[in-house]
Amino acid sequence: MNRLTLFIPLILCVALGAFLYSSLGKDPQELPSALIGEPFPAFSLPELSDPQRQVGTADFEGQVVLVNVWATWCFACRIEHVWLNDLAAKGVKIIGLNYKDDRDMALEWLKTRGNPYQFSIFDSRGTLGIDLGVYGAPETYLVDANGIIRHRRVGVVDDRVWDNEFRDLYQQLVAPDAP
Amino acid sequence: MHPESNRLNRGPVPRNWLKKLALLLLLSSPVMAAVEEIVSFSDESLRPRYQQLLEELRCPKCQNQNLADSNSPISDDLRREIHRLLEEGATNQQIKEYLKSRYSEFILYRPEVNSATWFLWSAPVGLLVLGLLILFYFSRRGRQRLAANPGVKAPSGEEQQRLAALLGNQSGTNEHPANNSSEIKEPKQ
Repeated sequence: MNRLTLFIPLILCVALGAFLYSSLGKDPQELPSALIGEPFPAFSLPELSDPQRQVGTADFEGQVVLVNVWATWCFACRIEHVWLNDLAAKGVKIIGLNYKDDRDMALEWLKTRGNPYQFSIFDSRGTLGIDLGVYGAPETYLVDANGIIRHRRVGVVDDRVWDNEFRDLYQQLVAPDAP
Repeated sequence: MHPESNRLNRGPVPRNWLKKLALLLLLSSPVMAAVEEIVSFSDESLRPRYQQLLEELRCPKCQNQNLADSNSPISDDLRREIHRLLEEGATNQQIKEYLKSRYSEFILYRPEVNSATWFLWSAPVGLLVLGLLILFYFSRRGRQRLAANPGVKAPSGEEQQRLAALLGNQSGTNEHPANNSSEIKEPKQ
């Protein structure tokens, strides 16, 4: 019995080591999401290409959509944009949230790189961004037909992220009865 | 030796250069101060609360900076948002809740006590209690051992005399460190 107590420090060290090792792969930049399972915040903001038109949650109500936060100043968005074009071509509905950007530059961007978005919300002051808890671009939200945020990805979405985090959930939301 | 440094030390050119530098520094300081000063309140009593909130809330983009220190764009936005909420009459708690519902608990530098943080919060007290328990355990065990072992007892009169003799002998030699040092010091005084 007394001998076994000698192993306590070793056990503690191994436990601490295991805990620290398990934390190694985690991204410290990634914040826990406060809005998963919550409704997409209500908003009324101009549309990017048509400043006269105000858009809100009603514009994608009843549909399963991705809301993608993008900006021309965001370098990673360039890489993601190519992938988003492909995804839109496959029939996934994507709403753009043009975050703290310049309207002319954003329109130019869509003209030269293609437009994967159904429409883009023009959030020049980042107010919807604050309501969503956005702290950078790109970010992508999966919103279900009831307007509930089901998943959030901070950073670029690519094939790997889509397969790991989005695809199953998306297909389940789009066609709940499919096998 | 160094012709260039000589040139710097004489004539009107370097003095001009210094004046320009001084002017530049003079002009730059208000710009740097403006980051703090630009906020104005309808009621000055809001300012200390504003400052306190900025100290206690974390910039979501930065790993370890509060909103007061960070100059990232998102911190700018959040400072503006806090300012707006203060002007609208929100309490500190309401403002924290507002930001927490959007940016999660990460934004609070002083996390609330809940199922995920109770261990963190109780750790200092817990470790102190654990340390005291260990201390108590070992000191009691030491005393019990002393009481349980009759072979060890206080030195008798004879033993004490021998002890004193031994110590007295030793103090006469150079081996005793305390005496050693005093012997060196005393002649100097």
